[in-house]
Amino acid sequence: MTPNGTPTIKKAPAALAVAATGLRKSYGDKTVLDGIDLAVPAGSVFSLLGPNGAGKTTAVKILSTLIGADGGDLRVGGHDVAADPQAVRAAVGVTGQFSAVDSLITGEENMLLMADLRHLPRAEGRRTAAELLERFDLADAAKKPASTYSGGMKRRLDIAMTLVGGPRIIFLDEPTTGLDPRARHTMWRIIRELVAGGVTVFLTTQYLEEADELADRIAVLHQGRIAAEGSAEELKRIVPGGHVRLRFTDPAAYRSAAAALREVTRDDEALALQIPSDGSQRELRAVLDWLDAAGIEADELTVHTPDLDDVFFALTGGTRTATDAPADAHQTEETAR
Amino acid sequence: MSTFALAVRDSNTMLRRNLLHARRYPSLTLNLLLTPIILLLLFVYIFGDVMSAGIAGGGGDRSAYIAYIVPGILMMTIGGTVVGAAVSVSMDMNEGIIARFRTMAIHRGSVLIGHVVGSVLQSVASVLLVGAVAVAIGFRSTDATALEWLAAFGLIVLVSLALTWIAVGMGLGSPNAEAASNNALPLIVLPLISSAFVPVDAMPGWFRPIAEYQPFTPAIETLRGLLLGTGIGDNWWIAVLWCVGLTALGYRWSTALFSRDPK
Repeated sequence: MTPNGTPTIKKAPAALAVAATGLRKSYGDKTVLDGIDLAVPAGSVFSLLGPNGAGKTTAVKILSTLIGADGGDLRVGGHDVAADPQAVRAAVGVTGQFSAVDSLITGEENMLLMADLRHLPRAEGRRTAAELLERFDLADAAKKPASTYSGGMKRRLDIAMTLVGGPRIIFLDEPTTGLDPRARHTMWRIIRELVAGGVTVFLTTQYLEEADELADRIAVLHQGRIAAEGSAEELKRIVPGGHVRLRFTDPAAYRSAAAALREVTRDDEALALQIPSDGSQRELRAVLDWLDAAGIEADELTVHTPDLDDVFFALTGGTRTATDAPADAHQTEETAR
Repeated sequence: MSTFALAVRDSNTMLRRNLLHARRYPSLTLNLLLTPIILLLLFVYIFGDVMSAGIAGGGGDRSAYIAYIVPGILMMTIGGTVVGAAVSVSMDMNEGIIARFRTMAIHRGSVLIGHVVGSVLQSVASVLLVGAVAVAIGFRSTDATALEWLAAFGLIVLVSLALTWIAVGMGLGSPNAEAASNNALPLIVLPLISSAFVPVDAMPGWFRPIAEYQPFTPAIETLRGLLLGTGIGDNWWIAVLWCVGLTALGYRWSTALFSRDPK
């Protein structure tokens, strides 16, 4: 109470766009989400990172009111998800993993449909539809049925539809899965523009690079639990992934080097050795001096600083051999699909 | 916006979407229209002489049989058209856009109401088209007053509404369009075993209850009475009761299926 008797409303230090405590969901015996906590400040980009089947999509479906949770206190845009789903729906925009466009009608008709369902006045609806189609580079294709669109165009239309009515919180479930690199970069630009406009973005992805590029905060979801949470930098600090990698072409040289350098990780198949290092100039010089002293001459020397792949594999318990470069990890994801 | 105004506005939006689909892809509706028209022509021109011998104590001619068969064909047209509703609802539920609708602040039932109103409009249009074919081959209403025409129209709307809600439930309960089409088959078969083509009295005794105690027979007898002046008796309220019951059942069933969590 203030001196003159009017009540004051206490403001939370930073308004949370999404707040979840103890979110649980299971299908029969299978526990998909085993009590996860999430806190996404308004205006930030939050990425839920995890392998296929980790429960990312389930989390988005629950927070966007598509399906119910089994337990947990969930608030989106300040509204209780279970008690007042309609208020949540009015505040959010959702682009699911699978294309949510009406493929039987044109891109423009899809946009006008959204404008009607967001209850915009007719003129404003038309203007919004035209603006978004222009902004997402779909103006030329606006009069064509959505079924004729390419994957990237469908995704862009999908997001354009989500933006009709200006939702302040946007859920994007694997927005770049299945897109070619060009379309992926376009999508990243779009997401950055949204954030610049003050929109909160809740993003799921299985691409570490994507989380690193876009997200202010990242939570690694593994087997229904949050394995780690923090900024990309914070997560990278968790694992000592930095090392110097020496590769040999001559098996004999490799064996003698491996014998001489005891504190190394061996990769017999690739004839490569890994020496732990933080990547600083001083440590690098020490390693080189050490190699010279031992009379070892490698055919290739690379310095590897920890990236999110290291974090991801360390946290999710995946086996990562020394030969796996980040790009390879993406490749296996792509071909596995 | 009040809940009711919201419901009307969103349902209207959904209706426009469904009519747009029907206009862009008319083949489904047109295919379903073919069946009653072919049956009408088949029974009148191919089987007509034999069939008419069984009508009106054996003295009927072809025009008497046209008069007898048309009300049944019109009801059958409704049964056929709503199969289209089952198929299009089931196709729609497999579209990602339904998940989008579920996460928007719109009236929950508007998706289904849009389908139902669209399907009823299509049914009525189909009945008018098939009716026009019937008139072209010689069908004439003998003594229907304006009020009876209005009642006939009302009956057609009521039957369409009842069968559509059942069909929507069938569509929602089916995993895909093919299954929906199969599950909705009773809506095409039931008129065949009603009083549409031959009077119930002319059927074998053990079969009569099946023909008599099903929704199509009282509806057909009522329509026949309204258009041709034959006796209606209790049929009108039995038909109305069937329609109200099926509408309530189909509505409850459909909304229950639709409010389940999607996969």
